[in-house]
Amino acid sequence: MYNYTDFDETFVRARTAQFAAQVDRRISGALTEDEFRPLRLMNGVYLQLHAYMLRVAIPYGTINPHQMRQLAHIADTYDKGYGHFTTRQNIQFNWPKLTDIPKILSDLADVGMHAIQTSGNTIRNVTADHFAGAAADEIEDPRPVAELLRQWSTDHPEFQFLPRKFKIAITGSSTDRAVTRAHDIGLRMVRNDAGEPGFEVIVGGGLGRTPIVGTIVRDFLPKADLLPYVEAVLSVYNMLGRRDNKYKARIKITLHETGKEELSRLIEERFDELRLQFGGNDQALLAEITAAFSTPTLRQADTGAYHAFYKADPVFRSWADTNLSAHKNADYRIVTISLKKHGETPGDATSEQMRLIADLAERYGHSEIRISHEQNVILPHVHLSDLPTLHAALRGSGLETANVGLISDIIACPGMDYCALATARSIPVAQEIANRFDELKLEHDIGPLKIKISGCINACGHHHVGHIGILGLDRAGVENYQITLGGDGTETAVIGERAGPGFAYDEIVPAIERIVAAYLEHRVDASETFLQAYRRLGLAPFKAALYPDEGKRNAA
Amino acid sequence: MSRAFTPKVITANDLLAGDVIYLTADDQWSRHHAQAELIEDEAHSQLRLLDAQRNKFAVGAYLADAKRGAQGPEPVHFREAFRTRGPSNYAHGKQTERNHV
Repeated sequence: MYNYTDFDETFVRARTAQFAAQVDRRISGALTEDEFRPLRLMNGVYLQLHAYMLRVAIPYGTINPHQMRQLAHIADTYDKGYGHFTTRQNIQFNWPKLTDIPKILSDLADVGMHAIQTSGNTIRNVTADHFAGAAADEIEDPRPVAELLRQWSTDHPEFQFLPRKFKIAITGSSTDRAVTRAHDIGLRMVRNDAGEPGFEVIVGGGLGRTPIVGTIVRDFLPKADLLPYVEAVLSVYNMLGRRDNKYKARIKITLHETGKEELSRLIEERFDELRLQFGGNDQALLAEITAAFSTPTLRQADTGAYHAFYKADPVFRSWADTNLSAHKNADYRIVTISLKKHGETPGDATSEQMRLIADLAERYGHSEIRISHEQNVILPHVHLSDLPTLHAALRGSGLETANVGLISDIIACPGMDYCALATARSIPVAQEIANRFDELKLEHDIGPLKIKISGCINACGHHHVGHIGILGLDRAGVENYQITLGGDGTETAVIGERAGPGFAYDEIVPAIERIVAAYLEHRVDASETFLQAYRRLGLAPFKAALYPDEGKRNAA
Repeated sequence: MSRAFTPKVITANDLLAGDVIYLTADDQWSRHHAQAELIEDEAHSQLRLLDAQRNKFAVGAYLADAKRGAQGPEPVHFREAFRTRGPSNYAHGKQTERNHV
């Protein structure tokens, strides 16, 4: 993976020293909170409901074992022994003291990590397909481009005061595992008629209070043109984006108000200017970066033991069936380690679990680790013959749950258990749904089903693109949960449809159970997934299941 | 007609620890909701809020609805109730401190 150059190192150290001085000035009273807030936000420090929260970037979801152990050290030394992996490939520490944060940033800098631009109206952590560099269906590893974008966007003087935050996601595969259509800019690698790789450029997607699937502004952008093109999009947005109204400041609104045609024209015009100015320097840099992302030397070994074990051990088989994905090398698999044990907090890992993941990555995974936006951990390169031992090592650690892609593999934002913006809790809803379906022993029968929960309309939990989305709101001083159905975050992205009136906290789990029961009743057979059934049937049968009394009233 | 004033407490977060704090009648900041000053007069609430906002160790002071209880003021809204306890997924925050005393 990419290692910091002297330039990166010097920059991160300088920023850490600056922030330490800012904290001192805040404590001495030389800075007021109004003066300090933008400075702390630039460094990923939020003040939440019960404590400060530090958001650390895991650029494009890639992290090495050494860094993972440092996160464990930070969790033990300055926090409560755990960290929370988020839907934007960040890790959040929920309990740091303000006076400790400069020390944490310094510890992060020791391993080439930082919290810069994880908040504020800047270009945020660039997210990528968590199977990048390993997926069987990949055209090219998108991470060199993601790293190029990280270097370009970090402290870019033109883009430090954007109208609003700006999120870029990238995938090197035509299968979209990075929700590119719900980002300010989504980049999806495709091939042109000549077979050359390039990007489909999607602009103006986003969730939040105005959920919009992004618009394709370029069907095929040659790879070499990517950086000037992205800068052109940012440049036009920086000029046109509305600074008068926070709720209309994202590029999705700019696109809506300006129109695709005019916005595209402005982007292309700016792109023509910028392309000349770049003069190929970006390509020279990209070539250097690309060398850091080569595939590890994969080993060749007999796979017979794996197949025998798969046949013999039902627990291993169940895990292998849900948690493994196809690797570009037929003798390898991509392993998803679930951070969704039934009843636990989605995305949380203890320091002990982090250390185990680091050890296992070194022993069986060519020292590579990824964090997914679905709040799980990935070991991207594991040889088939190592899988039984890997699985045995996970057992008993709370990391062995065989539920990836199933109903208990829930995305949940921190909600009102931590977040100052939240209007209701998310975590206990996720815990109770997972526990309930575990009790029913139904989840493997139900099959692929994505539930996503947000504790406010800002939609960090991606509820709009959940097959079942749950949005927690405050209705007259009581927690209330709205359900959306049929959302999809992949290359066939769709915003879910609102099912009807919301449910109280103690009604939401039974409501989800009724939806699932309706699916099981109406599906053609077990091969028809929830999403396929929803697309065939529409809202009606699910609505009838959700609101049975309404049907009775109408019949009366 | 403007809505009738409902009782309030003043709450903020501690600058250093980030912990939830409440303004008491004798101008201290307490970590316990029950020790907060229950403010029942609107004009007084505005003055007290100005006092609170001048304190550099109290971040983001605001007025939160509260009601009179047996042990002292109690929160009205669930958000404020959560702030008196801590998160529901782990026994962290104020709820653990309470077990220790």
